[in-house]
Formats: sequence, C-alpha cells, structure tokens
Amino acid sequence: MKRSKKEVLDADFAAARAGVLDVAAFLDRVDRGEGEADFRYRALLEVLPLLSVPGPGRARAVLEALSCRDAAIAETAASKAACGAPNPNK
Amino acid sequence: MVCRTTDEYRAMAQAGCLVVGEPAFWAGYDRSSVDGFRDYFVQLTECEPARAAKFGLDHYTWLCINPKEAQDVVFAREVMKLIPEFIDRPNVLGIGEIGLNRNTSRELAIFEEHLDLAIRLNQLVLIHTPHLEDKLKGTNMILDALKNRPELEPGRVLIDHCEEHTFPLVKDAGYWAGLTLYPTSKLNPKRAADILETYGTDRVWANSAADWGDSDPLALTALACELYGRGFSRPEVDRLLLSNPEAFMSQSPKFRKVSARLG
Repeated sequence: MKRSKKEVLDADFAAARAGVLDVAAFLDRVDRGEGEADFRYRALLEVLPLLSVPGPGRARAVLEALSCRDAAIAETAASKAACGAPNPNK
Repeated sequence: MVCRTTDEYRAMAQAGCLVVGEPAFWAGYDRSSVDGFRDYFVQLTECEPARAAKFGLDHYTWLCINPKEAQDVVFAREVMKLIPEFIDRPNVLGIGEIGLNRNTSRELAIFEEHLDLAIRLNQLVLIHTPHLEDKLKGTNMILDALKNRPELEPGRVLIDHCEEHTFPLVKDAGYWAGLTLYPTSKLNPKRAADILETYGTDRVWANSAADWGDSDPLALTALACELYGRGFSRPEVDRLLLSNPEAFMSQSPKFRKVSARLG
C-alpha cells in the first residue's frame, strides 16, 4: 500500500506548491496593508521554520506551535470563535 | 442536516450514503429560550428523520446543549432537563455533541454534567473537541474529565474533530477517534488520509461536517477517493466508512445495521 516518494510528489506536488505560494502571497498582502499586524502574523512566521525540519511530524509540530499553552482555565471567553493562534495578550 | 437543503440529502443518497448521524450542535446563533431547544429536539427526532427517509437514508441523532451555548450554566441546565423527555425516541443514539469550545470552566462544568447524565441514562457519548488553538488544551481537559469517570467505558465514547496533534492522545487513552472533514479551515480529506495512513483504521470513524459554516456533506466521498488513490483496498475503506461506524453505533440497541442492505 505504501506509495513511493515519486508517486506522492506526482500526486500532490502542484497542490503543495500552490499552498506555499498562498502563504507567501498572504504575507505580502498583510505587509501591503496599513497599520500593525497582530499576533497571528508573527505566529504564522514562527511556524514556517518547522517545515524544513527533516522527518515526519511537521503537521503535528505546526499544530502544537499554534496551540494555546496557557494552563489556566478562565470562567468565560470574550468570543465564541478561536482565531487559529494563541493570543499572548489574553 | 437542519442547516442543509433537501437537495443535499438527495446528493448524499446518490453518492451511496446510507445513514446520517446528526448531533445536536450550535445553529450559528444562540437560541433565546429553553423552548427553542425543545423545538430543536423535535426537529432532530421527527422532522429530519422524515426528510432523510424520503431518500432512503436512516437518520440518527444525539442530544445535548452544545458548548457554544453552555456559557450560561443556569440556562444550560434547564435545557439538559429536556433530554430525558427525548432520549427514548427511536433515532436518539446518545448524548452529544458535548465537549468544549473555548475551554472555559463553565463549559467544563456543563460537559461534566452531560457525562454524568450519560452514565445515569446508560447512553453512548459523542464529544466535540475545540477548534484551532484551543484544540490541544481542550482535548486534554476532556480526557482528564473522562479519566475521572471510570463508569464510562472508553469503547462507548467517541471523541471527534481529532487532528494530527490530538488523534494519538485520544487513541492511546482507548477512545474512538473521529475525523470530521471540512473543505479548508480544519481537517481536510487529504490530511485525514495521512492520519489513517500513519495510524490505521482501528477505532476510527470519519464524517463530513454539514453545519451552518463552510462544510460539505459529501466530503466522505472525497476521502474515499483519496484513500483509493493511495492504494487502500476496498475492505479497508469499507471498514472505515461502514463497519467502524456500525460497530460504534450498534452499541445502541436502536441502531439498525445497514451493511446487510449491501448484500
């Protein structure tokens, strides 16, 4: 069942290339915007080096790096929706 | 499928779906009264099964007040009082989808009270884990709460919305792990296939998100195509998409196995 690396590349390289370009274009788009970027921008930049770490587990490492690390449990939350990166000011 | 169209029921049936499992969840807005939930539970136990049946689909549901509406614990407890009134209805398989959203102590209190209700009523449990940056912490909080309730047999509990960083935690603790598929924002079919390639299909079920947000009730078909493309065999895909959900849901005497229909 296990595919060769070439088979995986043949199947998914174009989509992965497009995904990386989406990230690059997104960062450029934020840079063109006015004002200051918030913690989400920095969080995304900080996980990018994880992509070049050899070996399996990159997706897990990125998810863990983008996870809330605060052990405290608040009684309520200001918003119903998570935003995708831990807010250091919360 | 309260958020979806009848055309989508038809598309699911035409794509080969046999059963719809729809937990009580957030409708995209907060309901303003306990009676709003009573109406919702009627919708889940009467209207949706009838809509699904028109296309040959069996419809099952799970009852609770979801964590997004559990911040007001007094209100949440009033809604929970409705559950025993509906729990014996023929398409109700258990308590769900309970869990956490923003990992607050109020959500946790209501989550634990739902667990105790499931124990008292001897029900299967379907658990929602939080999204994005809250998922890892929330999954650990959920696992801790479950650990404190040895009366809940892990094989009767499914912890859903697992991703790469939480799937092993759930499996190692002995629970069923759910992979809920979304088009972009959360776990997608390709990443779900990666998880299945890495860990196998034992005690896993996959499901298509079909809620009020960006979601696709046919996402399971995309997962099946992805798995076949990677060399998964027909029996392996059938195990994931048919035998596994049947095995979990058959623990409720109300669930009617559908595999026999396939011959």
